[in-house]
Parts: sequence; structure tokens; C-alpha cells
Amino acid sequence: MEKLSGASKVPRKRKPRFTLDDMQLFLLSLPTLVWYLLFCYLPMFGLMIAFKKYRVAPGKGFLWSLLYNSEWCGLDNFKFLFANNRATTINMFRNTVGYNAIFIVLGVVLPVMLAIMISNLHSQRLAKITQTAMFLPHFMSWVVVGYFVFSFLSTDNGLVNRLLIRFGGSPVKWYQKEALPYWPYFLVFLHIWKTIGYSMVVYLASLNGIDASLYEAAVIDGASKWQQTKYITIPMLKNIMIIMFIMAVGKIFNSDFGLFYRTTRNSNSLTSVFLTLDVYVYNSIFNSSRPVYGYISAAGFLQSVLGCITMIVANAIVRKVDNESALF
Amino acid sequence: MARKNKQDAQLVSDGMKRFNAIRPSTNVLYSIIFILLALMCVIPVVFVIIISFSAESSISKVGYSFHPTEWSVNAYQYVWQLRDAAGRSNILRAFLNSVGITVVGTVIGLALISTMGYVLSRRSFRLRGVYTTLIFIPMIFSGGLLSTYVVNTQILGLRNTYWAMILPLACSSFYVIIMRTFFATTIPDEIIESGKVDGASQLRIFLQLVLPISLPALATIALFLTFAYWNDWYQASLYIETNRRDLFPLQYMLVNIEQNIQYLTNNESFMSADSGTTLPSETMRMAIVVIAVVPIMFSYPFFQKYFITGLTIGAVKG
Repeated sequence: MEKLSGASKVPRKRKPRFTLDDMQLFLLSLPTLVWYLLFCYLPMFGLMIAFKKYRVAPGKGFLWSLLYNSEWCGLDNFKFLFANNRATTINMFRNTVGYNAIFIVLGVVLPVMLAIMISNLHSQRLAKITQTAMFLPHFMSWVVVGYFVFSFLSTDNGLVNRLLIRFGGSPVKWYQKEALPYWPYFLVFLHIWKTIGYSMVVYLASLNGIDASLYEAAVIDGASKWQQTKYITIPMLKNIMIIMFIMAVGKIFNSDFGLFYRTTRNSNSLTSVFLTLDVYVYNSIFNSSRPVYGYISAAGFLQSVLGCITMIVANAIVRKVDNESALF
Repeated sequence: MARKNKQDAQLVSDGMKRFNAIRPSTNVLYSIIFILLALMCVIPVVFVIIISFSAESSISKVGYSFHPTEWSVNAYQYVWQLRDAAGRSNILRAFLNSVGITVVGTVIGLALISTMGYVLSRRSFRLRGVYTTLIFIPMIFSGGLLSTYVVNTQILGLRNTYWAMILPLACSSFYVIIMRTFFATTIPDEIIESGKVDGASQLRIFLQLVLPISLPALATIALFLTFAYWNDWYQASLYIETNRRDLFPLQYMLVNIEQNIQYLTNNESFMSADSGTTLPSETMRMAIVVIAVVPIMFSYPFFQKYFITGLTIGAVKG
């Protein structure tokens, strides 16, 4: 990524204002520019709902209602989150950050481990085939994965319940309250299952880029396989691990919506397990009888700001540790 | 001499491979682990395919099973017969919607991403600094769901249109940066300068000189987009109301039949046509899952390498 701070230090010759060339490039980029304004910057502007008491002006559009018909109300909308609705708020923050923390740790450790293991397999063919197979879940949508899960966990026909019955157990209603304690494990498992092939490939790509002579030298010095991993492979993977780590930390307040919403079938009895910020916002807009835009927007605003801060902080820390690896 | 050196190097590396390999017992263990992991990733798909070909009677007897007591293609026949009020096939419509959205979206996305990537890669461009910031900010800050939803429905009027499922996914800063990095590192300045000397406009240089030699990167982005569009159900769930079934892509159809597949059919006409038989709804759902999954399942192994290229380009900082 381009370093954004500080323009180039060499004083540049003053260029003519706006050459024909610049004009052509500008025109070439105009459609994308418009896209960015409409789909990225307009919604940012829309965040002001969080600070307004939104009232619909009958017969007028949204903009009119927002700008002229709604009063500023300072931080009132945020009070709702922390006073009236405290338990839900705590629950959703805990879920969002908690799951992400687990995902981040496992999402770095497991793929690195597997990438190292797969690169050591004797049979290249086997490595290639299993890697391709493990990439498959990445290409499935969460809706489809939801059906996979259902085929195993369906109360009446699911494979798990049928097996439980056959071996003398009693069936479990997997989408009901009684299965609540299992779901955090299911969710973690599903996340890892879906992402591991992809992350493994990322690490494998940089693993293959390590200079083979390093290993040769190590072997001549009598290093064991474990020592080679510890002193060559891991340090060489450090940069990419750090980059993946920051990217994940920056998104710690976002959740993988499909995972939480679709695999659980948005079952009411399980809400406490999968209520993350994104699920809260989505459900408040689409599945509540009277959505209060101010409150929902407050939750969204908090999410955006916290996410932005974590991203910047994570990057700053990385820059302290290793300037080369910083994302920006 | 050179050849001998090369041979020596080959010998050394072969020797290294043999000498530095993991022990056979470890290899067996690792192999077993990876075979199990691979099976874990593939089996759910196979399972769903088997269910879709099971007879409904088998399902009521043994549930979803890897070896159903009876096989049947009924589910597919019924799925094909699902008709809307005007007698058109629901599934065909959804399939074509998915294909259309994917194709149009990928083309528009490629256009938006590659032009911006190219412009950002031109060092001489006057607005480069502004643009870089503009592209960068959305990577760390966004308006969030509510705000985006309100803007798209109230201001841009995207509700219940195909555009709602196409435009919001068409571009992203991540792809733009991949593209920019590719252009900046692989297209020699001389090519562009030569174009300028010949009096070509930037548009022409871009279309006729730059794009033809950028096919690998374009293919990568195109694939990212294609899979994203094909798998998308989220945009549809935001912007398409449930009574507009004619706009449903396959994935969103799957969401809606989760509870009740009857919902899809115009009930009476269906029943009368089939003289009171009940729908094999369990297997029909899975059949639709299979229809949504199979195109991906059989195509991704061939495209995998482009994904990997994309990942590695993306990781390189410009």
C-alpha cells in the first residue's frame, strides 16, 4: 500500500495545472469515482442519522426528512444502547469480539501449521489433491453451508440424530434451546472449516517463496526438521502472518454475517449465541415491527468507528515492531 | 561447465529432498490427517447430492443417509415443474437470474476496477494522491448496513431491481489495489510512452496496449467477481422483497424455501396437475442446493491457480 503520510520529500517541479493527459485519466476513472461516491461516501454521510432523531416527513424523500425534519439529538441514540438495552448490547459486543478473537488466533495458528505440514508431504500429488479439496468450502455460500449443516443437524432426518438413535442415545433438537451450549463450538468449527483452505494457500504461497539454500545451510549445520521450522520457516512467514493478523484485527467489530445468521437459521432460541453487531443491525431493520433508525444507526456508527480505530492501532503496533510489514 | 553446475544443483536439491524429508512414519500420519481434512471438506457436498437423489420414502424411513434405501430423480422432476402463476419455470428463471447477474456484474466490475487500477498506477497523474486517499478510506471505514441500505433504497432507488444485486458488489478497494499493483509492476512505462508519442489517447492506450497484456490479472479479478456474484444472497435479501420472486437468484431462492417450499409454487395449479400428490419437499430443497453448487464445484479446480495468483499479488505492497 502506498504510504499516505507525507508526500515525496524531493521538491517537485511545478507541473502545468491539468494536462490533457490528466483530463483523459480523470475521465477514464470517472465511472469508478461516481461508484465510490454513491456506494461508499454517501453512506458515510448517512451516518449522521446516528446523531439525529429521525422523523419521516410524509410525502417527502428520505433526504428531506433527515436534513430538515429531524432534530439533532447529540448522543441520545447511544444512550439507548447502554441504558435501556444493556444486556443485549453487552451480549452482542461480547459475541462479536469473542468469536473474532478465537477466529483470529485459530485462523493464524492452524493454517500455518497445516501449510508447513502439507509442504512436507512426500507425495506432491496428494498435497495438490487435498489442498484443492480443502479449498472447496471457500467457494460455497453460507446459505449452501446452512443446508449442509441442516443435513447433519435436522431434528427429524438429520444424520447426527439418526446415528444417536441407532446407538441408543436420545435425539437432540439442534436448533432449539437445549442445544445452546453446543453452538459456540459449531460456529467456531464452521468458520475454521470454511476459511482454512484459503488461508493455508496464502501461507503456502509464501512458504514456497523461501530460499531453499537456507534449508540446505541448516541441514549442513545439523538442524533438525523442528529447528528448521522454528528458525527458518516461521521467521520467514512472520510478515505475511502479521499482515493477515492486522487485517483480521481491523475487522474485529465486524462479523461474518452469513455464518451467524444462516447456519443457525436465525433460530430465536439460539439468539444469545449468535447475536453479533451485524446480526443485531440486520434483525432490527428487517425482522422487527418498528425499526428505530436512530438506535440502529448508533450501533452501526459505533461499529464503524471502533473498527477504524482498531485497524489504525493494530497497524501502528505492527509498524513499531516491523516497519516493513505495516499495511499503511 | 554451466550444464555441469546445473546438474550438480539438481543433484544437491534432490539429495536435500531425500535427506531432509520427514520420516516415513510422520509422512503416513500427515497423509492421513490431510486425507481426513479433505474428506471433511468434500463430504457435505456429496451428502447433499445423495440426499437429492434419495426417494422421499427412504428419507422418512432412514432419514438423510449416505445409503438411502431407494434412489429417485423425482426431486429434480418436481423442481423442474415448479411454475409461477404465468406458468414459467421458477427454477429456470432463478438460474438465469443468477447467470445474468453474474455475467453483467463481472463485466461492470472489471470495467470499474481495471480503469481505476490503471489510473492509480500512472505516476504522472495529477490527482493520484487524492485518489489514493479516496480509495483507501473505505478500506478502514464504512457507513454501515443501515446507512447503506437507506441510501440504496431511498436515494438510489435500487429496491426490487437487478441493479441492487449488481452495483453494490461491483467494485472494492481491495481489487482496485490488486489491479494497481499489477499495472505498476508489470506494465513498462515505455509502452505507455510509446503510445503517447504516437498520439493515442489514454483510453486507447488502456484498451489497446495495456489490457491485452494484463489478461492474467484481469482473469483473477474476473474470477473473484464471478464467484462472489454467483454466491451472493445477501444483497438480494436486503433489496428484493419476498413477493418479487421473478427477481430471485438461486441463492436467495434457497433462503426462501428453507422453511416452506410450497411457497414457491402457485399451489392450486401445481396440485391439480399432479392429482393431489404431496411434494417431496426435503429432497427438492437439496436438489436446488445441488443446482446452485454443481457449477462451482466442477469449475473451481481449474481456476484455483488464478485465485492463488490474486492472493499473492494482493499481498505485495505497491
